[in-house]
Amino acid sequence: MDFPEELKYTEEHEWVLVEGDLVSIGISAFAQDQLGDVVFVELPEVGDKIETGKAFGVVESVKAVSDIYAPFSGEIIEVNSVLPDAPETVNNSPYEDGWMIRVKPDDLADLEGLMDAAAYQGFIEEE
Amino acid sequence: MVEFGGWDMPVQYSGVIAEHLAVRSAAGLFDVSHMGEVEVSGPDAFDFLQFATINDLAALVDGQVQYSALCYPDGGIVDDITLYRFNAGKFMLCVNAANRDKDFAWLQDLAVQRPGDYQLVDRGNDFAQLALQGPKAAAILSGLTSADLLSLRVYHFCESEVAGLPTLISRTGYTGEDGFELYCAPRDAETLWQTLMEQGRPQGLVPVGLGARDTLRLEKAYALYGHELSADILPLEARLGWITKLDKAGFCGRDALLKAKSEGLGRQLIGLRLTQPGVPREQYPVRADGKDVGLVTSGTMSPSLRQGIALALVDKTAAIGDADLTIVIRGREISAEKVKLPFV
Repeated sequence: MDFPEELKYTEEHEWVLVEGDLVSIGISAFAQDQLGDVVFVELPEVGDKIETGKAFGVVESVKAVSDIYAPFSGEIIEVNSVLPDAPETVNNSPYEDGWMIRVKPDDLADLEGLMDAAAYQGFIEEE
Repeated sequence: MVEFGGWDMPVQYSGVIAEHLAVRSAAGLFDVSHMGEVEVSGPDAFDFLQFATINDLAALVDGQVQYSALCYPDGGIVDDITLYRFNAGKFMLCVNAANRDKDFAWLQDLAVQRPGDYQLVDRGNDFAQLALQGPKAAAILSGLTSADLLSLRVYHFCESEVAGLPTLISRTGYTGEDGFELYCAPRDAETLWQTLMEQGRPQGLVPVGLGARDTLRLEKAYALYGHELSADILPLEARLGWITKLDKAGFCGRDALLKAKSEGLGRQLIGLRLTQPGVPREQYPVRADGKDVGLVTSGTMSPSLRQGIALALVDKTAAIGDADLTIVIRGREISAEKVKLPFV
Protein backbone atom coordinates (compact mmCIF):
# COMPACT_ATOMS: atom_id res chain seq x y z
CA MET A 1 0.00 0.00 0.00
CA ASP A 2 1.28 3.40 -1.01
CA PHE A 3 1.68 6.38 1.38
CA PRO A 4 3.27 9.28 -0.49
CA GLU A 5 5.97 11.13 1.45
CA GLU A 6 4.74 14.60 0.43
CA LEU A 7 1.40 14.12 2.23
CA LYS A 8 0.39 14.47 5.88
CA TYR A 9 -2.10 12.06 7.43
CA THR A 10 -4.76 12.09 10.15
CA GLU A 11 -5.90 9.45 12.63
CA GLU A 12 -9.23 9.42 10.75
CA HIS A 13 -7.33 8.28 7.63
CA GLU A 14 -7.52 11.50 5.64
CA TRP A 15 -4.50 12.89 3.82
CA VAL A 16 -3.70 16.56 3.25
CA LEU A 17 -1.42 18.17 0.69
CA VAL A 18 -0.18 21.74 1.19
CA GLU A 19 0.09 23.64 -2.10
CA GLY A 20 1.01 27.23 -1.36
CA ASP A 21 -1.79 28.71 0.76
CA LEU A 22 -4.30 26.02 -0.24
CA VAL A 23 -4.61 22.51 1.19
CA SER A 24 -6.19 19.50 -0.57
CA ILE A 25 -7.90 16.76 1.43
CA GLY A 26 -8.72 13.17 0.50
CA ILE A 27 -8.80 9.73 2.11
CA SER A 28 -5.82 7.37 2.30
CA ALA A 29 -5.22 4.19 0.33
CA PHE A 30 -5.77 2.34 3.60
CA ALA A 31 -9.16 4.03 4.12
CA GLN A 32 -10.45 3.26 0.62
CA ASP A 33 -9.24 -0.33 0.93
CA GLN A 34 -11.07 -0.76 4.24
CA LEU A 35 -14.26 0.73 2.79
CA GLY A 36 -14.28 -1.37 -0.36
CA ASP A 37 -16.04 -0.21 -3.53
CA VAL A 38 -16.98 3.45 -3.03
CA VAL A 39 -20.42 4.08 -4.55
CA PHE A 40 -21.33 7.53 -3.23
CA VAL A 41 -19.50 10.65 -2.11
CA GLU A 42 -21.26 13.60 -0.49
CA LEU A 43 -19.25 16.82 -0.26
CA PRO A 44 -20.00 20.39 0.88
CA GLU A 45 -20.08 23.34 -1.51
CA VAL A 46 -17.53 25.96 -2.46
CA GLY A 47 -17.64 28.74 0.11
CA ASP A 48 -18.72 26.46 2.96
CA LYS A 49 -16.57 26.40 6.10
CA ILE A 50 -15.02 23.27 7.55
CA GLU A 51 -14.20 23.04 11.24
CA THR A 52 -11.49 21.03 12.99
CA GLY A 53 -12.75 17.61 14.08
CA LYS A 54 -16.19 18.02 12.46
CA ALA A 55 -17.45 15.82 9.63
CA PHE A 56 -17.57 17.71 6.33
CA GLY A 57 -18.55 14.89 3.99
CA VAL A 58 -19.57 11.26 3.65
CA VAL A 59 -18.09 8.37 1.72
CA GLU A 60 -20.29 5.32 1.19
CA SER A 61 -19.26 1.90 0.00
CA VAL A 62 -21.74 -0.87 -0.77
CA LYS A 63 -21.69 -1.98 2.86
CA ALA A 64 -20.63 1.04 4.92
CA VAL A 65 -21.19 4.74 5.53
CA SER A 66 -18.15 6.74 6.67
CA ASP A 67 -17.80 10.38 7.70
CA ILE A 68 -14.84 12.41 6.51
CA TYR A 69 -13.46 14.72 9.20
CA ALA A 70 -11.85 18.12 8.83
CA PRO A 71 -8.29 18.05 10.20
CA PHE A 72 -8.30 21.87 10.47
CA SER A 73 -10.66 24.82 9.98
CA GLY A 74 -10.99 26.83 6.81
CA GLU A 75 -13.01 27.81 3.78
CA ILE A 76 -13.65 25.54 0.82
CA ILE A 77 -12.23 26.96 -2.41
CA GLU A 78 -12.81 24.00 -4.72
CA VAL A 79 -14.71 20.69 -4.68
CA ASN A 80 -13.86 17.67 -6.85
CA SER A 81 -16.79 17.67 -9.24
CA VAL A 82 -15.81 14.28 -10.70
CA LEU A 83 -16.70 12.32 -7.57
CA PRO A 84 -20.52 12.53 -7.59
CA ASP A 85 -20.65 10.79 -10.99
CA ALA A 86 -17.54 8.65 -10.57
CA PRO A 87 -17.19 7.78 -6.89
CA GLU A 88 -14.99 4.78 -7.78
CA THR A 89 -12.24 7.35 -8.47
CA VAL A 90 -11.65 7.31 -4.70
CA ASN A 91 -10.66 3.63 -4.99
CA ASN A 92 -8.72 3.94 -8.21
CA SER A 93 -6.73 7.07 -7.40
CA PRO A 94 -7.10 8.01 -3.71
CA TYR A 95 -4.20 10.52 -3.71
CA GLU A 96 -4.64 12.19 -7.08
CA ASP A 97 -7.90 12.10 -9.05
CA GLY A 98 -9.76 11.09 -5.87
CA TRP A 99 -9.01 14.32 -3.95
CA MET A 100 -12.15 15.71 -2.31
CA ILE A 101 -11.88 19.38 -1.40
CA ARG A 102 -9.36 22.22 -1.61
CA VAL A 103 -9.41 24.51 1.40
CA LYS A 104 -7.93 27.82 2.47
CA PRO A 105 -6.99 27.12 6.11
CA ASP A 106 -7.72 29.71 8.76
CA ASP A 107 -4.24 29.06 10.15
CA LEU A 108 -1.62 26.85 8.47
CA ALA A 109 -0.15 26.19 11.93
CA ASP A 110 -3.20 23.98 12.61
CA LEU A 111 -1.67 21.36 10.32
CA GLU A 112 1.45 20.91 12.44
CA GLY A 113 0.15 18.03 14.53
CA LEU A 114 -0.51 15.76 11.54
CA MET A 115 1.48 12.59 10.89
CA ASP A 116 4.06 12.12 8.17
CA ALA A 117 3.96 9.00 5.98
CA ALA A 118 6.18 6.90 8.28
CA ALA A 119 4.23 7.86 11.41
CA TYR A 120 0.91 7.11 9.67
CA GLN A 121 2.12 3.71 8.53
CA GLY A 122 3.11 2.97 12.14
CA PHE A 123 -0.32 4.18 13.29
CA ILE A 124 -2.12 1.81 10.90
CA GLU A 125 -0.04 -1.16 11.98
CA GLU A 126 -0.91 -0.48 15.62
CA GLU A 127 -4.66 -0.15 14.95
CA MET B 1 -14.34 -11.12 7.71
CA VAL B 2 -17.46 -10.58 9.80
CA GLU B 3 -19.37 -12.54 12.39
CA PHE B 4 -22.68 -13.75 10.93
CA GLY B 5 -25.06 -16.02 12.82
CA GLY B 6 -22.14 -17.41 14.83
CA TRP B 7 -19.93 -17.95 11.76
CA ASP B 8 -16.87 -16.04 10.58
CA MET B 9 -17.64 -15.13 7.00
CA PRO B 10 -15.93 -13.10 4.29
CA VAL B 11 -17.72 -9.90 3.23
CA GLN B 12 -15.75 -9.89 0.01
CA TYR B 13 -12.89 -11.55 -1.83
CA SER B 14 -12.01 -9.31 -4.79
CA GLY B 15 -14.66 -6.62 -4.22
CA VAL B 16 -18.44 -6.58 -3.84
CA ILE B 17 -19.20 -4.99 -7.20
CA ALA B 18 -16.79 -7.17 -9.22
CA GLU B 19 -18.15 -10.30 -7.52
CA HIS B 20 -21.75 -9.20 -8.08
CA LEU B 21 -21.22 -8.53 -11.79
CA ALA B 22 -19.34 -11.83 -12.21
CA VAL B 23 -22.38 -13.74 -10.93
CA ARG B 24 -24.68 -11.86 -13.32
CA SER B 25 -22.41 -12.41 -16.34
CA ALA B 26 -20.51 -15.67 -15.62
CA ALA B 27 -20.53 -17.46 -12.24
CA GLY B 28 -19.73 -17.14 -8.56
CA LEU B 29 -19.02 -19.64 -5.79
CA PHE B 30 -20.35 -18.98 -2.30
CA ASP B 31 -19.57 -20.86 0.91
CA VAL B 32 -22.98 -20.93 2.59
CA SER B 33 -22.20 -23.69 5.07
CA HIS B 34 -23.68 -21.45 7.77
CA MET B 35 -27.18 -22.41 6.62
CA GLY B 36 -28.91 -24.89 8.95
CA GLU B 37 -30.57 -28.17 8.05
CA VAL B 38 -33.34 -30.01 9.88
CA GLU B 39 -34.43 -33.49 8.86
CA VAL B 40 -38.01 -34.58 9.45
CA SER B 41 -38.66 -38.26 8.80
CA GLY B 42 -41.22 -40.93 9.53
CA PRO B 43 -44.70 -41.94 8.41
CA ASP B 44 -46.25 -38.78 9.94
CA ALA B 45 -43.55 -36.35 8.75
CA PHE B 46 -45.78 -35.07 5.94
CA ASP B 47 -48.69 -34.29 8.26
CA PHE B 48 -46.43 -32.59 10.78
CA LEU B 49 -44.87 -30.36 8.11
CA GLN B 50 -48.28 -29.50 6.68
CA PHE B 51 -49.07 -28.19 10.17
CA ALA B 52 -45.71 -26.46 10.72
CA THR B 53 -45.28 -24.68 7.35
CA ILE B 54 -47.44 -22.21 5.42
CA ASN B 55 -46.98 -23.60 1.90
CA ASP B 56 -48.75 -26.78 0.72
CA LEU B 57 -46.60 -29.91 0.61
CA ALA B 58 -49.29 -31.77 -1.33
CA ALA B 59 -47.98 -30.13 -4.48
CA LEU B 60 -44.47 -31.48 -3.87
CA VAL B 61 -43.05 -34.62 -5.50
CA ASP B 62 -39.94 -36.63 -4.59
CA GLY B 63 -36.83 -34.68 -5.52
CA GLN B 64 -38.59 -31.32 -5.43
CA VAL B 65 -37.81 -28.24 -3.35
CA GLN B 66 -40.37 -25.74 -2.05
CA TYR B 67 -39.91 -22.22 -0.70
CA SER B 68 -41.96 -21.89 2.49
CA ALA B 69 -42.03 -20.38 5.97
CA LEU B 70 -42.73 -21.19 9.58
CA CYS B 71 -45.21 -18.87 11.31
CA TYR B 72 -46.18 -18.25 14.91
CA PRO B 73 -49.86 -18.62 15.86
CA ASP B 74 -50.19 -14.83 15.52
CA GLY B 75 -48.98 -15.01 11.90
CA GLY B 76 -45.53 -13.51 12.55
CA ILE B 77 -42.68 -15.26 10.79
CA VAL B 78 -40.37 -17.67 12.64
CA ASP B 79 -38.20 -18.14 9.54
CA ASP B 80 -38.34 -18.57 5.80
CA ILE B 81 -37.09 -21.97 4.63
CA THR B 82 -36.60 -24.25 1.69
CA LEU B 83 -38.16 -27.65 2.08
CA TYR B 84 -36.73 -30.73 0.35
CA ARG B 85 -38.87 -33.82 -0.27
CA PHE B 86 -36.75 -37.00 -0.54
CA ASN B 87 -39.77 -39.27 -0.33
CA ALA B 88 -43.13 -39.43 1.43
CA GLY B 89 -41.38 -40.19 4.73
CA LYS B 90 -38.28 -38.02 4.55
CA PHE B 91 -37.96 -34.24 4.28
CA MET B 92 -35.24 -31.68 4.97
CA LEU B 93 -35.64 -28.01 5.88
CA CYS B 94 -32.86 -25.58 5.03
CA VAL B 95 -33.07 -22.69 7.51
CA ASN B 96 -31.26 -19.40 8.15
CA ALA B 97 -28.06 -19.71 10.17
CA ALA B 98 -29.06 -17.07 12.69
CA ASN B 99 -32.38 -18.88 13.27
CA ARG B 100 -31.10 -22.43 13.44
CA ASP B 101 -31.44 -22.98 17.18
CA LYS B 102 -34.66 -20.97 17.39
CA ASP B 103 -36.23 -22.91 14.52
CA PHE B 104 -35.30 -26.30 15.92
CA ALA B 105 -36.66 -25.38 19.35
CA TRP B 106 -39.84 -24.05 17.69
CA LEU B 107 -40.31 -27.27 15.70
CA GLN B 108 -39.84 -29.28 18.90
CA ASP B 109 -42.52 -27.15 20.59
CA LEU B 110 -44.87 -27.81 17.68
CA ALA B 111 -44.05 -31.52 17.89
CA VAL B 112 -45.34 -31.58 21.46
CA GLN B 113 -48.66 -30.19 20.16
CA ARG B 114 -48.72 -32.61 17.24
CA PRO B 115 -47.31 -35.92 18.48
CA GLY B 116 -46.96 -38.60 15.83
CA ASP B 117 -44.65 -41.15 14.27
CA TYR B 118 -41.86 -38.86 13.03
CA GLN B 119 -38.46 -37.62 14.16
CA LEU B 120 -36.85 -34.17 14.09
CA VAL B 121 -33.08 -34.15 13.73
CA ASP B 122 -30.85 -31.07 13.65
CA ARG B 123 -28.49 -31.95 10.78
CA GLY B 124 -26.77 -28.56 10.68
CA ASN B 125 -23.36 -30.01 11.54
CA ASP B 126 -23.62 -32.81 8.98
CA PHE B 127 -23.60 -30.56 5.92
CA ALA B 128 -21.42 -27.97 4.34
CA GLN B 129 -23.06 -26.02 1.53
CA LEU B 130 -21.55 -24.33 -1.51
CA ALA B 131 -23.66 -22.28 -3.90
CA LEU B 132 -22.56 -22.19 -7.54
CA GLN B 133 -24.55 -19.40 -9.20
CA GLY B 134 -24.63 -17.66 -12.55
CA PRO B 135 -25.31 -18.28 -16.24
CA LYS B 136 -22.15 -20.44 -16.49
CA ALA B 137 -22.98 -22.56 -13.42
CA ALA B 138 -24.44 -25.51 -15.32
CA ALA B 139 -21.56 -25.61 -17.81
CA ILE B 140 -19.05 -25.61 -14.97
CA LEU B 141 -20.81 -28.24 -12.88
CA SER B 142 -21.56 -30.56 -15.79
CA GLY B 143 -17.84 -31.19 -16.23
CA LEU B 144 -17.55 -32.50 -12.68
CA THR B 145 -20.61 -34.67 -12.11
CA SER B 146 -22.31 -37.72 -13.55
CA ALA B 147 -25.69 -36.24 -12.61
CA ASP B 148 -27.96 -35.38 -15.53
CA LEU B 149 -28.14 -31.62 -15.08
CA LEU B 150 -30.14 -31.14 -18.27
CA SER B 151 -33.10 -32.92 -16.74
CA LEU B 152 -32.63 -31.36 -13.28
CA ARG B 153 -35.23 -28.63 -13.31
CA VAL B 154 -35.32 -25.46 -11.24
CA TYR B 155 -36.34 -26.15 -7.61
CA HIS B 156 -35.52 -29.85 -7.97
CA PHE B 157 -32.62 -31.81 -6.51
CA CYS B 158 -30.82 -35.12 -6.81
CA GLU B 159 -28.45 -37.10 -4.62
CA SER B 160 -25.37 -37.64 -6.72
CA GLU B 161 -21.65 -36.83 -6.69
CA VAL B 162 -19.44 -33.94 -7.69
CA ALA B 163 -15.76 -34.70 -8.30
CA GLY B 164 -16.41 -38.11 -6.81
CA LEU B 165 -17.67 -36.62 -3.52
CA PRO B 166 -21.21 -37.53 -2.40
CA THR B 167 -23.24 -34.36 -2.98
CA LEU B 168 -26.87 -33.32 -2.94
CA ILE B 169 -27.29 -31.12 -6.01
CA SER B 170 -30.18 -28.66 -5.72
CA ARG B 171 -31.08 -26.34 -8.60
CA THR B 172 -31.83 -23.44 -6.30
CA GLY B 173 -30.18 -20.25 -5.15
CA TYR B 174 -30.48 -16.75 -3.80
CA THR B 175 -29.16 -14.69 -6.70
CA GLY B 176 -31.88 -14.84 -9.35
CA GLU B 177 -29.47 -16.58 -11.73
CA ASP B 178 -29.45 -20.22 -12.76
CA GLY B 179 -27.37 -22.21 -10.33
CA PHE B 180 -26.98 -24.91 -7.76
CA GLU B 181 -26.74 -25.32 -4.03
CA LEU B 182 -24.42 -28.22 -3.26
CA TYR B 183 -24.71 -30.01 0.07
CA CYS B 184 -21.76 -32.22 1.04
CA ALA B 185 -20.02 -33.59 4.11
CA PRO B 186 -18.03 -30.87 5.90
CA ARG B 187 -14.80 -32.88 5.45
CA ASP B 188 -15.30 -32.79 1.65
CA ALA B 189 -16.13 -29.09 1.40
CA GLU B 190 -12.61 -27.79 0.87
CA THR B 191 -11.89 -30.29 -1.91
CA LEU B 192 -15.24 -29.50 -3.52
CA TRP B 193 -14.50 -25.76 -3.36
CA GLN B 194 -11.00 -26.14 -4.86
CA THR B 195 -12.21 -28.48 -7.61
CA LEU B 196 -15.09 -26.19 -8.59
CA MET B 197 -12.79 -23.15 -8.64
CA GLU B 198 -10.23 -24.93 -10.83
CA GLN B 199 -12.93 -26.13 -13.22
CA GLY B 200 -14.74 -22.80 -13.30
CA ARG B 201 -11.97 -20.22 -13.27
CA PRO B 202 -11.39 -20.38 -17.06
CA GLN B 203 -15.13 -19.68 -17.49
CA GLY B 204 -15.04 -16.66 -15.22
CA LEU B 205 -15.93 -18.25 -11.87
CA VAL B 206 -14.95 -16.13 -8.87
CA PRO B 207 -15.41 -16.64 -5.11
CA VAL B 208 -18.19 -14.43 -3.72
CA GLY B 209 -18.67 -13.12 -0.18
CA LEU B 210 -21.61 -12.00 1.92
CA GLY B 211 -21.57 -8.46 0.51
CA ALA B 212 -22.48 -9.50 -3.02
CA ARG B 213 -24.80 -12.22 -1.73
CA ASP B 214 -26.84 -9.38 -0.26
CA THR B 215 -26.78 -7.08 -3.31
CA LEU B 216 -27.63 -9.99 -5.64
CA ARG B 217 -30.67 -11.05 -3.61
CA LEU B 218 -31.80 -7.47 -3.13
CA GLU B 219 -31.80 -6.72 -6.87
CA LYS B 220 -34.14 -9.72 -7.21
CA ALA B 221 -36.23 -8.54 -4.20
CA TYR B 222 -35.70 -11.80 -2.30
CA ALA B 223 -36.57 -11.34 1.36
CA LEU B 224 -33.93 -11.72 4.07
CA TYR B 225 -34.96 -12.75 7.56
CA GLY B 226 -34.31 -9.99 10.10
CA HIS B 227 -34.95 -7.37 7.41
CA GLU B 228 -38.07 -8.00 5.29
CA LEU B 229 -39.21 -10.86 7.52
CA SER B 230 -39.55 -11.07 11.30
CA ALA B 231 -41.82 -12.15 14.12
CA ASP B 232 -43.55 -8.75 13.77
CA ILE B 233 -44.23 -9.04 10.05
CA LEU B 234 -46.89 -11.19 8.37
CA PRO B 235 -45.93 -13.11 5.23
CA LEU B 236 -48.89 -11.43 3.50
CA GLU B 237 -47.31 -8.03 4.17
CA ALA B 238 -43.90 -9.18 2.91
CA ARG B 239 -44.90 -10.26 -0.61
CA LEU B 240 -45.11 -13.92 0.45
CA GLY B 241 -48.80 -14.32 -0.31
CA TRP B 242 -47.83 -16.74 -3.11
CA ILE B 243 -46.48 -19.26 -0.56
CA THR B 244 -49.18 -18.62 2.06
CA LYS B 245 -51.75 -21.30 1.25
CA LEU B 246 -54.72 -20.05 3.28
CA ASP B 247 -56.92 -22.80 1.80
CA LYS B 248 -54.68 -25.42 3.44
CA ALA B 249 -56.41 -26.66 6.58
CA GLY B 250 -55.09 -26.06 10.06
CA PHE B 251 -51.49 -24.86 9.68
CA CYS B 252 -49.88 -22.90 12.47
CA GLY B 253 -50.67 -19.19 12.01
CA ARG B 254 -53.52 -19.76 9.54
CA ASP B 255 -56.32 -18.36 11.71
CA ALA B 256 -54.43 -15.14 12.40
CA LEU B 257 -53.50 -14.75 8.73
CA LEU B 258 -57.08 -15.31 7.59
CA LYS B 259 -58.27 -12.72 10.07
CA ALA B 260 -55.62 -10.21 9.02
CA LYS B 261 -56.52 -10.72 5.39
CA SER B 262 -60.25 -10.22 5.96
CA GLU B 263 -59.64 -7.12 8.09
CA GLY B 264 -57.23 -5.69 5.54
CA LEU B 265 -53.47 -5.46 5.83
CA GLY B 266 -52.04 -2.23 7.18
CA ARG B 267 -48.62 -2.45 5.58
CA GLN B 268 -47.02 -3.62 2.40
CA LEU B 269 -43.48 -4.25 1.22
CA ILE B 270 -42.67 -2.16 -1.84
CA GLY B 271 -39.69 -1.52 -4.08
CA LEU B 272 -38.21 1.96 -4.34
CA ARG B 273 -35.58 3.33 -6.70
CA LEU B 274 -33.90 6.62 -5.93
CA THR B 275 -34.24 9.21 -8.66
CA GLN B 276 -31.51 11.34 -7.07
CA PRO B 277 -28.01 10.23 -6.04
CA GLY B 278 -27.78 8.42 -2.72
CA VAL B 279 -27.67 5.04 -1.03
CA PRO B 280 -30.76 3.96 0.90
CA ARG B 281 -30.05 1.86 3.98
CA GLU B 282 -32.01 -0.26 6.42
CA GLN B 283 -34.13 1.75 8.88
CA TYR B 284 -34.07 4.99 6.86
CA PRO B 285 -37.54 6.61 7.03
CA VAL B 286 -39.82 6.62 3.98
CA ARG B 287 -42.14 9.60 3.48
CA ALA B 288 -45.18 10.14 1.28
CA ASP B 289 -45.96 13.80 0.61
CA GLY B 290 -43.67 14.65 3.52
CA LYS B 291 -45.32 12.34 6.05
CA ASP B 292 -43.56 9.30 7.59
CA VAL B 293 -45.15 6.14 6.19
CA GLY B 294 -42.60 3.41 6.94
CA LEU B 295 -39.00 2.28 6.93
CA VAL B 296 -36.49 0.83 4.52
CA THR B 297 -35.96 -2.87 5.32
CA SER B 298 -32.97 -3.33 2.95
CA GLY B 299 -31.22 -0.86 0.71
CA THR B 300 -28.10 -0.63 -1.38
CA MET B 301 -26.50 0.85 -4.45
CA SER B 302 -27.50 -1.61 -7.16
CA PRO B 303 -24.32 -2.71 -8.94
CA SER B 304 -26.36 -3.61 -12.05
CA LEU B 305 -28.44 -0.39 -12.20
CA ARG B 306 -25.90 1.93 -10.54
CA GLN B 307 -28.84 3.47 -8.66
CA GLY B 308 -29.98 3.34 -5.07
CA ILE B 309 -32.62 0.64 -4.53
CA ALA B 310 -34.62 -0.27 -1.45
CA LEU B 311 -37.28 -2.58 -0.15
CA ALA B 312 -39.50 -0.71 2.31
CA LEU B 313 -42.36 -1.72 4.55
CA VAL B 314 -44.88 1.13 4.30
CA ASP B 315 -48.48 1.97 5.13
CA LYS B 316 -50.89 0.46 2.65
CA THR B 317 -52.19 3.84 1.52
CA ALA B 318 -48.68 4.94 0.58
CA ALA B 319 -48.03 1.59 -1.08
CA ILE B 320 -50.99 1.85 -3.43
CA GLY B 321 -51.35 5.63 -3.71
CA ASP B 322 -49.56 8.03 -6.00
CA ALA B 323 -48.06 10.34 -3.38
CA ASP B 324 -44.52 11.66 -3.92
CA LEU B 325 -42.23 9.25 -2.10
CA THR B 326 -38.89 10.09 -0.53
CA ILE B 327 -36.29 8.32 1.57
CA VAL B 328 -34.74 10.36 4.35
CA ILE B 329 -30.95 10.16 4.17
CA ARG B 330 -29.04 12.06 6.88
CA GLY B 331 -31.99 14.37 7.43
CA ARG B 332 -32.62 15.14 3.75
CA GLU B 333 -35.52 13.83 1.69
CA ILE B 334 -34.21 12.12 -1.44
CA SER B 335 -36.77 11.46 -4.19
CA ALA B 336 -37.70 7.89 -4.93
CA GLU B 337 -40.10 6.16 -7.27
CA LYS B 338 -42.10 3.04 -6.65
CA VAL B 339 -41.00 0.32 -9.06
CA LYS B 340 -42.21 -3.11 -10.03
CA LEU B 341 -40.22 -5.91 -8.45
CA PRO B 342 -37.74 -7.43 -8.99
CA PHE B 343 -35.49 -4.43 -9.61
CA VAL B 344 -33.39 -6.39 -12.11
